[in-house]
Amino acid sequence: MPVVRLVAFARLRELLGDRRDIVLADGASVGDLWEALVREEPRLTEFARGTRFARNNRLCSAEALVCEGDEIALLPPFGGG
Amino acid sequence: MIFDIVREAIDVRAIEASVLAPSCGGIVSFCGVVRKRADDGREVEGLHYEAHEGMARASFMAIAEEVRATMPEVRLAIVHRVGALSIGEVAVAVVAAAPHRAEAFAAARFAIDALKERSPIWKQERYCDGERVWVENRCSGERQ
Repeated sequence: MPVVRLVAFARLRELLGDRRDIVLADGASVGDLWEALVREEPRLTEFARGTRFARNNRLCSAEALVCEGDEIALLPPFGGG
Repeated sequence: MIFDIVREAIDVRAIEASVLAPSCGGIVSFCGVVRKRADDGREVEGLHYEAHEGMARASFMAIAEEVRATMPEVRLAIVHRVGALSIGEVAVAVVAAAPHRAEAFAAARFAIDALKERSPIWKQERYCDGERVWVENRCSGERQ
């Protein structure tokens, strides 16, 4: 059962906290992590379309599998500059 | 050349010094500055920025790499500030030095546009009435 480090930003950070460790089932994907978070915090639903994921500092799809020790980042639409 | 996320005031002159070289005949510095009015006209007290710092630095270096591919003589630096900023403070500095002005202007324009689209940085507008809103760049992509 892999333990991953979740990091979230902007409104998602306000809803979820800025970082924490999460235990997932073997073979879990980034999308599975997102679904688990939505069950815990239903207000995430409205951000599903705009949120991108990164695994260990690289953008990834919801289908990407997670491994022990991965950092999974939740990235809402950017606003820099 | 500097690619960084910082918490303190951005020293634009120091960034310019880092890119300037004897080969350069022009230097273009773009600074994004906190302004008093939001796009919808509301009065802004200040901004709060946050970033995925590792990915943001990597995105700055990737932008510079793209600039080098088409304009190899350009020397580029990108620095973005995070934390709480007041009206008039510099949030981002993009500095491009080149042998001639055309490349310096083009590189600076490309870099700030690319940063707004691709760099994982977020901005919260804090209004004088106390409300706070996370503001998206219009060009920021959605999940494919």
